[in-house]
Amino acid sequence: MWFEGVGFGAEGEAFGEVVFNTGLTGYQEILTDPSYKGQMVVMTYPHIGNYGINAADAESSRPWVEGFIIKELSPIVSNYRSEMTLDAFLKRSNIAGIQGIDTRKLVKHLRTVGAKKGVISTREADPKKLVSMAKRSPSIVGVDLVKGVTCQRSYDFNESVPSEFGWGDSRKKQYSLVAVDSGIKWNILRKLNQHGFNVKVVPAHTTAQEILACKPDGLFLSNGPGDPAAVKYLVETVRKLIGKLPMFGICLGHQMIGQALGGKTSKLKFGHHGNNHPVMDLETRKIEITSQNHNFVVDIDSLPKDEVEMTHINLNDKTLEGFRHRKHPVFCVQYHPENAPGPHDSDYLFTRFYELIHKQAG
Amino acid sequence: MPKRTDIKKILIIGSGPIIIGQACEFDYSGVQAVKALKEEGYKVVLINSNPATIMTDPEFADATYIEPLTVEFLEKVIAKERPDAVLPTMGGQTGLNLAVEACEKGVFQKYGVEMIGAKYEAIKKAENRDEFKRAMQKIGLDLPKSDFAYTVEEAEKVAEKIGYPVIVRASFTLGGSGSGICSNADELRTTVRMGLDYSMVREVLIEESILGWKEFELEVMRDIKDNFVVICSIENLDPMGVHTGDSITVAPAQTLTDREYQRMRDAARKVMSEIGIETGGSNVQFAVDPRTGRMVIIEMNPRVSRSSALASKATGFPIAKFAAKLAVGLTLDEIPNDITKYTPASFEPSIDYCVVKIPRFAFEKFEGVDNRLTTQMKSVGEVMAIGRTFKEALQKGLRSLETKRFGFGADGKDKVFDLALKTREEYLGFMKSVPNDKALREKIFACAKVPREDRIFYLKYAFLAGYTIEEIYAQTGVDPWFLAQLKQIVDLEKELLDARGHKKVQEALLRRAKEYGFSDRQLGFCWGMKEAPVRAMRKKMGIRPVYKLVDTCAAEFKAYTPYFYSTYEAEDESNPSKKKKVMILGGGPNRIGQGIEFDYCCVHAVLALRKMGYETIMVNSNPETVSTDYDTSDKLFFEPLTLEDVLNIYENEKPVGVILQLGGQTPLNLAKALKANGVKILGTSVEAIDRAEDRDQFKKLLHKIRLSQPANGIASSLEEACEVAKRIGYPIVVRPSYVLGGRAMEIAYDQTSLKKFMKQAVEASGEHPVLIDKFLEDATEIDVDLISDGKTSVVGSVMEHIEEAGIHSGDSASVIPPFSIPRETVEEIVAKTKQIARELGVVGLMNVQYAIQKGQVFCLEVNPRASRTVPFVSKTIGVPLAKLAAQLMVGKTLKDLKFTEEIVPNHVAVKESVFPFVKFPGVDIILSPEMKSTGEVMGIDKDFGKAFYKSQEAAMSRLPRKGTVFISVKDSDKPKIAEIARQFHRSGFKIVSTRGTAQVLKDHRVPVQEILKITEGSPNIADWVRNKKMDLIVNTPSGKGPMLDEGKIRSLAVSFNIPCITTLSAARAALRGLQAVRDDELDVKSIHDYHGVKAAKG
Repeated sequence: MWFEGVGFGAEGEAFGEVVFNTGLTGYQEILTDPSYKGQMVVMTYPHIGNYGINAADAESSRPWVEGFIIKELSPIVSNYRSEMTLDAFLKRSNIAGIQGIDTRKLVKHLRTVGAKKGVISTREADPKKLVSMAKRSPSIVGVDLVKGVTCQRSYDFNESVPSEFGWGDSRKKQYSLVAVDSGIKWNILRKLNQHGFNVKVVPAHTTAQEILACKPDGLFLSNGPGDPAAVKYLVETVRKLIGKLPMFGICLGHQMIGQALGGKTSKLKFGHHGNNHPVMDLETRKIEITSQNHNFVVDIDSLPKDEVEMTHINLNDKTLEGFRHRKHPVFCVQYHPENAPGPHDSDYLFTRFYELIHKQAG
Repeated sequence: MPKRTDIKKILIIGSGPIIIGQACEFDYSGVQAVKALKEEGYKVVLINSNPATIMTDPEFADATYIEPLTVEFLEKVIAKERPDAVLPTMGGQTGLNLAVEACEKGVFQKYGVEMIGAKYEAIKKAENRDEFKRAMQKIGLDLPKSDFAYTVEEAEKVAEKIGYPVIVRASFTLGGSGSGICSNADELRTTVRMGLDYSMVREVLIEESILGWKEFELEVMRDIKDNFVVICSIENLDPMGVHTGDSITVAPAQTLTDREYQRMRDAARKVMSEIGIETGGSNVQFAVDPRTGRMVIIEMNPRVSRSSALASKATGFPIAKFAAKLAVGLTLDEIPNDITKYTPASFEPSIDYCVVKIPRFAFEKFEGVDNRLTTQMKSVGEVMAIGRTFKEALQKGLRSLETKRFGFGADGKDKVFDLALKTREEYLGFMKSVPNDKALREKIFACAKVPREDRIFYLKYAFLAGYTIEEIYAQTGVDPWFLAQLKQIVDLEKELLDARGHKKVQEALLRRAKEYGFSDRQLGFCWGMKEAPVRAMRKKMGIRPVYKLVDTCAAEFKAYTPYFYSTYEAEDESNPSKKKKVMILGGGPNRIGQGIEFDYCCVHAVLALRKMGYETIMVNSNPETVSTDYDTSDKLFFEPLTLEDVLNIYENEKPVGVILQLGGQTPLNLAKALKANGVKILGTSVEAIDRAEDRDQFKKLLHKIRLSQPANGIASSLEEACEVAKRIGYPIVVRPSYVLGGRAMEIAYDQTSLKKFMKQAVEASGEHPVLIDKFLEDATEIDVDLISDGKTSVVGSVMEHIEEAGIHSGDSASVIPPFSIPRETVEEIVAKTKQIARELGVVGLMNVQYAIQKGQVFCLEVNPRASRTVPFVSKTIGVPLAKLAAQLMVGKTLKDLKFTEEIVPNHVAVKESVFPFVKFPGVDIILSPEMKSTGEVMGIDKDFGKAFYKSQEAAMSRLPRKGTVFISVKDSDKPKIAEIARQFHRSGFKIVSTRGTAQVLKDHRVPVQEILKITEGSPNIADWVRNKKMDLIVNTPSGKGPMLDEGKIRSLAVSFNIPCITTLSAARAALRGLQAVRDDELDVKSIHDYHGVKAAKG
């Protein structure tokens, strides 16, 4: 399948796995989410770029998507917070965008056949050639994309959420955490700060011993891009630390914990990417509308039932969204409680993590 | 959580008549609620005074009461039905207010009825401004600075403290009545005085002005387990200062970052919890300062609303249906999403298109009305349009409005002040000259600032005049994002205009123009071509619309509900079937003369044809309606009802035919053009429609069956009109052809008034001539609805109007069966009507209007289509005429349907009209041939008096049972007034009159107190009204003129909610009504009992 559209952002050629995101807002956070490394994103909402780009909403230091596919780029930006147009932002980061195509047709195709490899080109106009180029491009299955997005050395992150936008008050910092960066989003770090943690961010390849040497009160495992099965070294680290440190994982972090406990991951047909996925907390039976961005899931049945308890489930497709260890202080969710972008319904998980550590410490 | 089993029977309160601020959307929500509750196994009782609703059809609720929405009648229904619970959130503000009042009077407690959906305390907290403000402060939400006032003096103090301009809002009213923006103390005093009167609790809020801020609305739902979802966000194109109902609004919000949007979502969630809306849907409105992002909350409605209907149609998420299910204890995750089937309702819809809602106004109907848009709602209807982009949706919306526009200008209908730009040359001339015409430029710029119904076009003219986005933004507060989108349309339009004669360029631009929503008509204008060749060229190039699905999930999941909109893109999803199908054209936006009655008929056709096994295809543009519920038809196309859009669907779907005669004038206007394009029209032929509309052919027809008509003629100019007038003699009725609701129809008594009326009539009539009839004075008017299969005809009912001929039939009260005309005359009318039907070959419905003057029957007009009275007649006789008509149109006979004889009911039904005067202060309320009512109610009972009394009660113009009546009549009525006054006196009323009438009464020895006219000093009649020292006014107008004393009195009476009777015939009917209730207690009876029928199983 091919589309002819109008380019924006950078010129050139870009390859990646094409996925769609159904969020009506939050394109900047999506672009700067390191989990999109290796992927090109189609936005289902047609008008994109309306409110521009601003420094405060960035989820990392740069955009990571390989390409950006939309129906229509806004001719102007209109928002008091805007500092730059989307077009300029993508140009600056050398990311190609395409607009003016039937994005719904593309999305329906992806829904039917699953996420596919794609190419955006401003050079080659022959659809046949482009299709074969895309087919020849590398797959993300079995590839460790984490090493491309993780930080090179450890650092302390001391910034909390901004006071505006009603994020709530910050708790006094009482505990220290090591957060393993597999492509961590800044709002996770801000949220951990807000919820009372001193946070040390470490590269994904940091060993269990190195982590223990920091003497943290807990371990956080971040989101990240690509195939979780390809990040064996991190699974290994996690396995060594289960039972030694209270642990909370998000997204790829959840998949790391799952694998460390013997579970298997598999690829969803087209993944979950959006801000509107209903998840049920099986303990309270309450529903939260969650922000999601993942292509792989931990298979429920592959987890050892005597060790692991399922805590959250996706109500759309009944896939696993969260579990905890029955004995050890370890829990994780597949979705994004840091909600950037997305609803703030899942903020309680950070509180839960704080209370877990507090209980261990006390 | 499982649904509740402790309640078995639930009462739903409807919203009553269509009024400004409350229209078909509550029929839509009511129908959904009834169906949803029955689906869950509950017994449903319904009360609603509006017969033109689908919800009051006997097959829906288990017991339906078409009774007045007052506590008195509500209690009677409760006493009879003994429901366990009442659901008050489906009937708009009317339903909510009635429930609050009943609760306060202890009715629910007395009968052990529980309020579900919204509790009394929650409603109070949401609706009472003071409580609301405190609640919002408690949860830390910002509000505009404000304080309450209970007197005019207090209001002035508060306003000074806050600083002008301030906004006045009355607590507990309908659709923002009694609200307004005041920039000085004078304006404040007037507005506050009115606001206090409208407020059920005599309270007004004086508020900091946040004019020009961005306005947003979230439609949200919450269930008993505190699960919360946002269904839709809406951003208004018109900034704060214009009532949301009068604003162009867009879904989803366009200019908020995720941070800002989530803050709004959090706020809405907190509001729901704090107000205590445990289950159901609500809307929460916010304003955002575009400079700083400061967000304040404006208000919340703890019920389904017009916005929730819009949100349902915009997303495919049926809010009312789910709200009803949540009210009985189900939770969102327990309800499946109908559209995807496999995912639950506990999610937030995502959409991959843009939705634009545009209000429809009717200012032309009200002389002297202030047409500026304010915080008080004035629109009578709305359209919604869906496109892949805002530009496409906006242009589709503008051509859906039925204002003869075909998009965002360049359609031959542009009018800059008095300058009409009918041709391409005129348009180009304007474009060329305006940037250099300083005076005109500035006038346009000034006009762009003031919100009026055509403001959107002045934004465009401002661009053409050379103003920039920044300048226009500074002047208007319309967000630059919207302005930039408009500018893109304007820029492309310039390219299109330049492409005239360049076939290659045209072809290159065509696709983009269609993507921008341009109609073929606009392209034709730009290229100096007619619509047809543009269409042909477009089709030849293979540029056709595709149809995309509205699926709640932006294509993430497979959708099973066939709800479509058109766009110009790659993939078509409509997947036409090979089944036998019928396409039904809906009525478009509500406006005066064209409303819910036609939607009722269309829905009936769909239901009947579906049952016969046809695939039904509904086309409509009105988001309030039941017809645009995706549940109603097999396939729903949310599209403009223009030739281009309808033909596109027709060609795509290839139905066996199209039904036009049920959707009112909108689809009927397309009849000829559709036929010319090879469309098969079902039912009465286009030729027959023409024969009835064409004056000459009509005359011949009447002559043939020996039926008289008033002396008449046709005219295309004033000279011709004067000629006709000379021939037939004044007074004359002037009316344009091919219009609905008596648009620009007037009675001229002399040449001066004829001059004035002809100008308007020629304008409204377009290329058709204006019809001139001799006006029949003191004649009784009769309406007849008939159904025919082409051979056999049956009269549904003969209706006698209470008001005399000369008052638009849509504005008169009408009665089944006739109450004053002799039986032979009724029989003659029935026979003649059948003859007309046979002569025309009517297949389906027909409506004929007659006048009887001194025993002689005159035929006034024949409408070979469904009329506004079809639902009223159907409910009265217990036969669903529109359903039968649809079946006749596909070949059934009346014999097949077992309806071959007229039904004479054993009861009396009165239809009364409801008027919007209260929204248009200062406008005279007298009735004329131009229709002004927005809706209707029905009173039904054993005899005329009771039925009439109920109809008045239902029309919210309650007849006082005792007190003071002010009587003042025109000279020609004076000989007849003494008898009426005497009866009022005998009924125990005190009578007051001004000099002229008082003298007549004294002469006839009727006790009367004489009071002063306005010009005679004080206290005068106006003071009496203001101090509410009278309970009823009988005032027949001597002639038109809001400036006259009498006009002021009538207008004032409306403001102070004193019932005002303007004809002697209505006064007589009122006396009979009063008589009836004095003699006997009023009772309630369900429609099911009247007709001995049962509801369908749930």
